[in-house]
Order: sequence, then C-alpha cells, then structure tokens
Amino acid sequence: MTSRARWAGVLRTPVGAAAAVLLGAVLLLAVLAPLLWGGRADEVDTARILQPASAQHWAGTDNLGRDIFFRVLVATRTSVQLALLATALGVAVGLLLGTAPLLLGPRLGRLVTAAVNIAVAFPGLLLALSFAVIFGAGASGAVPAIGLAIAPGFARLTQTLSATVAGRDFVAAARIAGVGRFRVLLRHVLPNIAEPLLVNATMAAGGSLLAFAGLSFLGLGVQAPGYDWGRLLGEGLNGIYLNPAAALVPGVAVVLAGLAFNLVGEAAAKAVGPRTPTGTVRGDSFEDGPPAPVDRTGQSEAVLVVEDLKVSFGTVTPVRGVGFTLRRGEAVGIVGESGSGKSLTALAVAQLIEQPGRVAARRLDFLGDDLLRTPPRARPRLLGTSLAMVFQDPTTSFNPVQRIGRQLAEVAEQHLGDRRGPALARAVDRLRAVRIPGAARRARQFPHEFSGGMRQRAMIGMGLMGEPKLIIADEPTTALDVTVQRQVLALLAAVRAADDVAMLLISHDIGVVEQVCDRVLVMYAGRIVEDLPAAQLRDGARHPYTRALLGAVPDLATDRDQPLVVIPGRPADPAAPPPGCAFAPRCPLADDHCVRADPALLDDGLGGRVACWHAGELPEPVRAGAAVLSAATEGEGR
Amino acid sequence: MSSTTASTAVFAHLLGNPWLRFAARRLGQLLVSVWVLVTGAFLMIHLIPGDPVRAALGNTAPVELVEARREALGLNNPLWQQYADYLRHLFSGDFGTSMLSGMPVSQVIGDRLPATAELAVLAFALAVVVSIPLGLAMAVLTRGGRRRPVELAFTSGSVLLAVVPEFLVAVGLVYVFSVELGWAPVAMRQGASSYVLPVLALSLGPASVLARIVRVETLAVLQAEYIRTARAKRLPDRRVYLRHALPNALTATITVGGLLLGGMVAGTVLAENVFAWPGLGSTIVSSILAKDYPVVQAVVLVYGLGVLLVNLVVDVALALLDPRSTIRES
Repeated sequence: MTSRARWAGVLRTPVGAAAAVLLGAVLLLAVLAPLLWGGRADEVDTARILQPASAQHWAGTDNLGRDIFFRVLVATRTSVQLALLATALGVAVGLLLGTAPLLLGPRLGRLVTAAVNIAVAFPGLLLALSFAVIFGAGASGAVPAIGLAIAPGFARLTQTLSATVAGRDFVAAARIAGVGRFRVLLRHVLPNIAEPLLVNATMAAGGSLLAFAGLSFLGLGVQAPGYDWGRLLGEGLNGIYLNPAAALVPGVAVVLAGLAFNLVGEAAAKAVGPRTPTGTVRGDSFEDGPPAPVDRTGQSEAVLVVEDLKVSFGTVTPVRGVGFTLRRGEAVGIVGESGSGKSLTALAVAQLIEQPGRVAARRLDFLGDDLLRTPPRARPRLLGTSLAMVFQDPTTSFNPVQRIGRQLAEVAEQHLGDRRGPALARAVDRLRAVRIPGAARRARQFPHEFSGGMRQRAMIGMGLMGEPKLIIADEPTTALDVTVQRQVLALLAAVRAADDVAMLLISHDIGVVEQVCDRVLVMYAGRIVEDLPAAQLRDGARHPYTRALLGAVPDLATDRDQPLVVIPGRPADPAAPPPGCAFAPRCPLADDHCVRADPALLDDGLGGRVACWHAGELPEPVRAGAAVLSAATEGEGR
Repeated sequence: MSSTTASTAVFAHLLGNPWLRFAARRLGQLLVSVWVLVTGAFLMIHLIPGDPVRAALGNTAPVELVEARREALGLNNPLWQQYADYLRHLFSGDFGTSMLSGMPVSQVIGDRLPATAELAVLAFALAVVVSIPLGLAMAVLTRGGRRRPVELAFTSGSVLLAVVPEFLVAVGLVYVFSVELGWAPVAMRQGASSYVLPVLALSLGPASVLARIVRVETLAVLQAEYIRTARAKRLPDRRVYLRHALPNALTATITVGGLLLGGMVAGTVLAENVFAWPGLGSTIVSSILAKDYPVVQAVVLVYGLGVLLVNLVVDVALALLDPRSTIRES
C-alpha cells in the first residue's frame, strides 16, 4: 500500500473521517473567524457587562461587555497559531537532538542521548514552567517554553526510530558507498521514519494546544489585551457562579480542537502502523461431512472416548469430525503436518478451547463422564486431578512471576483441599519424582532459573500433583534439544508405567511417536486419515499420506547425495476443505473419484482404520523398495 | 594481605548480588539526575535575559537598591563561585530569601508543600485504585472479542477523559458539582469535602489512561501460554485472573504508566490554580508572575525531586514485582 493510499485510508474509518472534518473546521475557523467576527468580539458595551448567557449573547459578556461567544470563535486563530508554532519549534529541536547520534558520531551522540533520557523523565508541564521563567510570561515566552518542553519526547522517538532504520542493510550499504552522514540522514533515514514522526507531530500539536491553554489559563501565556482560549477560560472561571458559559464555552473549544488533532493522529497511527485484524467472524453452522465412524472397541476400560469431534472458529472448521478411544495405560500418538488440527484436537479434548472457538462432539467421555454434558461445577475437580497437560514450550508455559513450587502446590490447594504447607511439601515431592535435583531448593526458584529440560520435567510434575489417568502432551519435546528430548520421553514412559496412565501424544515427529506410542493416529486437514498400531507403521501403513510422512523422515540409509524428500504441494486450506479427499491434490494415487467423493474412515479388519479409496495400493510406476520415495518426490522434476 | 583478599572476596560477593547491583546502579542514576536538576535550577536564573533583579524590582527602582540586592544575592560574584555557594547552601537547607516577602524560601516551601503532597498522594492512590480493577474487569469482559459495545464505550470514554487536561476536568467538575448541584465547595482547602474535586480532577485523566493500559496489557497476558497452563490446572477464573494474569499485566503496566504518575506531580500546578489550593502550584505561578526568582527556583527543585522520587518508586516496584526484571539486569 502506498503512503498516500494509507493516509486516504484514514479518512475511510468513521473516527478518522469525523476527526478530519473536525480538524478542517477548526483550521477554517482559525482563518476566517477574525475576519468575520473580529469587530464584534472587540465591541465594548459598558451597559451590558458580565451578563449571563442570553439569546443576544450566547455565552454572556465579559467585564467590558464584550460578547464571549464571538471572542471564543475569534480566539481560535491565536490558539491554533501559537500551538502550531510551539509544535514546529519542538519538532525541529527534537529532530536535531534525536538525529544527533547519527550526525555527531557515537561519543557525542551518547551524551545527547543521556541528556534526552534525563529530560524525558520530567513532565512536560514542569519543563514548560521552568522555561517560562527564563523566557518570561507572555505569548513570546510560552511558545519556546512549550516547544522546548515537547522536544525531549520527540527526540527520544526520533532516536529509537532512526536507530532501527540506521541498522538496516540499505543504510549500511550507503555508508560503505561513502555517502556522507548528512546525506544518509536526509536521503535514507528521515524518509523512512517520516510517517510515524508526522503522526506523532499531529498528536503533539494537540498536546501543545492543551498545554498552551494551560499556561494562558495560569496567566503565563497570552497577555491582555490579546486573548486565546486559555485566557478566556481563566477569566470565565472567576465568574462561574454568575455565568458558567463563560468558562464552559472556551473549555469546550479547547477540548474539541485538542480532540481533533489527537484523533487524526491516532487514526493515522492505526493506518500507518502494523495492521491488526479487527472483528471475528461468527458463524453457527458446522460443515456437514460424512459422520465419523464410531470406534467401539474396548470401551469398558476406556479412559477417553471421542466421537465426531469438531472445532470451529467462525466459519472455519479446522477439526472436522475426529473419533478415537484411549484405553487405560494406552499411549496414542497423533501425527500430521502443522495445521492438520492435531493440537486443536488435544486442546478440545482437554476443554481448553476458548472463545471464539467452538467445540462440538457426538460424544466426549473422560473416565465415563460426558464432558460436554457434565455440569460446569463438577468438571474442574475431575479434570484438575485426573488429566495432566504438558505443553510444547516449557519456557512460556510457566507463570514467570511465580515460584515453581507455588505453581505446583496450587493444584493441591485447589482440588485436594490441602493447606499451603502440605501442598508445597507435595510439590517438592513431585519435583523429586520427576528427578529434579535439589527439589526443595528448586521449588523456591522462578521458572527463568530452570533449564528448558528441567522446566518440562517440572511441567510433568505439575500434572502429577493429582492422580492423572490421562496425560495429554502437545509436542512436549519439540522445543528441547535431542538429549533432553530423550530424558523427557523416558520420564513420560516411567510415569505411565508406574501408574498405568494413558497418554495422548501430539507430535509432528513420526519417529518420536513410533518409539513411544502403542497406536498412531495420522491426521490430515482436520480428519483422521489412518489409525494403526505403531509397530505396523513402517510396513503396514496403507494411506498414501502416512507413507509420504514416513518417507520424509531421513534415516541413516538415506542417500545424502539426493535432496531431502518432501511432500509436494501444500496442506489443504482449512477455510475451504475440498468436497472430495483433502489429500487428493497431493496424492500420487488420486483419480477423479478421489476428487469428487470423500472417503470415510473404515475399519480394515487388521486392527487399524484408514480413509482412502486406494488404501494399500502402490503408485505407478512401482520401483522396487522405493514406492514411498517416488510418491513423496513426485513433481520435483527428477 | 589476607584482609585485602577477604575484602575483595566480600566485594566480589556483593557485586554478585543482583539486588545490590541494582541498588548501586539506580542510586548512581538518581544522583546524576539530581545533579542535572540542581544545575538546571541554578542556570535557570542566569539564562534570564537582562538583569533579573531589575526585572523583579521594576524600572522605577533606584539603582542603589538594585545594586544592593544584587550584592545580597551574590549575583556580582563569578559564576563558578555562585554555583559553589548555591550547592553549599542547598546542602545546609538554605534555599535563599524571597525577593518579595523577605521570608526564607525554605519556610515558604515548608508551609506550602504539605497541601500539594496531600493532593498528589491522594490523586496517585485514587488513580491506581480505580484503574487496576477497572482495566482488569474490562479486559476480562471484552477478551476474545466479547461484548463489543462495552469495549467501544470503555475505549472511547477513556480516550475522551485522557485527552481533556486536568484543569478543564476541574472546571467541568466545579460546574457540575459545585455550581449546579452544590455538593462540594468551589475552592479552598477546608475540610474533607474540599479534597474531593481537586483529587478527582487530578486523577481522572491518569486513571483512564492507566485503565486502558491495564486492559491492553491484560488482554496480551491472557493470550500467554502460562494462562493456558493455569486453565489446564482447572483453577477458578478468579484465581486465573488475579494470581496469574494480573501480576504479569501489572509489570508491563508500570513500565508504560510510570511516567504518567510522575506527570501527576506537575499536574497539581493546574489543579491547584483552579481550586485556589494553598500549595506549591499556586506559589510557583504567582512567583513567576512576580519574578520572585529564589522562590521559583526552589519550587522547581522540589517538583523535580518529587518526579525523581516517583520514578524511583516505580522502578523499585517493578524490580520487586518481576523476578526477571530487565530493570535489575540491564
């Protein structure tokens, strides 16, 4: 977007347009009012002094019988003019100070920066008052006083902005090319920071308008017989009992003009700055896909039963009917690319999807309780003690300002009714259980004092505060280095073995899942496309996507002279799922039927489930032992 | 020898303590700022074009009187000596003598400071007490795009209040509560009810800005993964917001809002002038107008110290609240 288009965009927002109209009116009034009503504003009428508001004098009269309403209108010019003068001065001085580090070199520049930093700490009004002492009371003193008072803030802004630009490549290139400092500043730095500076100058103009009104109100600004809004306000305040309008009308004028400058500035800042999406789309209907097949195997000892689970955000449904069962002690892995819906499935099962996300399911049973129908009151205790969560990034998953021990103890206090002391003792005991050395001392530390692997172990320890029957681990090792990965996986395995705990492991790393889990669910575009025992993964995978995933994992036998294998094409767009099989566009086996009809997830009679019209077929041409490879690398121009 | 190594070891140990390092660095920063402030106040008088004594006494004053006053103020001495005298006097608590009333300036300050300090502290407290719960509640109510109308009302209301300067708020409050309703006195400091309007006028603007900051910071914190962790622990909402979200939102708020609270110290000047409050704010204005420079100098110094004090409190609060505090480290 060009800068002109962006500024025009300001006018298209309601607030921006209103502010621009208001600002235009203020500026127009500043030009025209003295010409039109200058005479009436100065007309002395000793017969009608200090009159309250009336039909003739909308805001009453002052102590010489002059009409206050017209004086307010005429004062627009003085007020706006002086404010703009002060702003111009402040911006100029601020620019000089702010670009000093670039022009004067590092040593002198640092001195200027330090001075600016100290000056910024003092409020503008205090600076303005001090400068007013030096320059004396009166408009000619107040302009430099306010100008110099806003300069440090502007200098600071210029410094930070120009420092970021000056660090960029094109400026470095210009420097190396021997372009002088001044030229670098004028040609390369300033044009790139002009927009935010302009936005801030607009707001500064609003600020100095208010500041000027303040100084004049105090009697330090415009002196009689001159007058601006601040002075009129000060005069009106003395008679506020007799004629409130005399104080309120100039006050309203100041506020309106100040708002006009500020709002234009803010609207421009929004247009110029990074755009944030506003408004969430709302939609109520779930897309109707074929109902997910029901998996009824061994539900008697089921820890978790999920049927036809859907997660939607507005009109987008990233999880489109997922069903599976977890038995006691069983470890199930969910694999798939980013965006396949595997993490959302985990969060939905854990009841952690927040608005505007919506979760629906035909069935979502945890330990025999239907989570979607359990009264909200009864849920926290059940989930808080029996379901443990382990998240991907242990660095951000702990509250940075609370001690680790407290964060664990909280669970026992909340759900087990423990007091502070016993809860903390239990927390230390759990930290010990996850093999954190010096657990008692560590419990008193903050998360940032832990290493990544230790944090993840503490996270697992947090899950062990209750008596978990299910651990949901969402990419628990992705953020860790390889040796620590293995420790964390071993710990999870030990925890499971000790108490027959079931685990749902989300991972994009098919190797980890194969190693840790009993069963693997392969997800693609919000659906489960294959469900098979982990032991059969290498040889028994029947879905082309599963094979492609396996093929994309390099191992020791991978030919290192060949480019690494990737799955061609891009994952399906969750906003627009295709009518047929979502994998068809990337599938080497796909035919017309695949594009038109969506395959259902069907039991294959071998202990697995697969959703593919060509399940188990090999792509043409079959190359001995390299079927997967050719499927995966098709379209790479080999 | 052994005592040297021992003391070096102690020293090294002290240096290793982040709190002591923080205290040492922050103290150094404060001293530099105070020095800049004092020097600025000293130079202020000397930067006034022309003869400040002549300006103060007027054009009709006899030359001998002006000369005698210059001599008494030490203005005929070389600049460095005046600076040294100024610093020495400051250390002994001597701020000079008012050119108008002939009273010691320290006495003027002593008389006026309590009224201003009361006003500032009350307004400061009110702003904090109102803005934190309000901002938090607004964040919770409007998170994830909930309750758009509430959000719109809050943001536009707080923007409006933030842009109206305290003296205009004061005038509006006087009009509504004193003139129209007659609930509170128009001006002066007499009894508890006379505090209501000045404190309100001074704190409304900062409170609304602070509430906005609290809301924005809380919304950001609510997106954080540790909040999801807290929810995964199935803590009650109240605990998630108060124990996990609020402390984190506050550290960010204090960083952004710290300067604002310092600005309230200066804001007292305007509020005091609307309400004829017998504090430093009305003193500095009348002194500037009367060109009573020793008083002006001292009041500027006191205000500046107030601001530095607030900034110090803010930094210490930040260091205490946030264990990772960058303030302590950098």
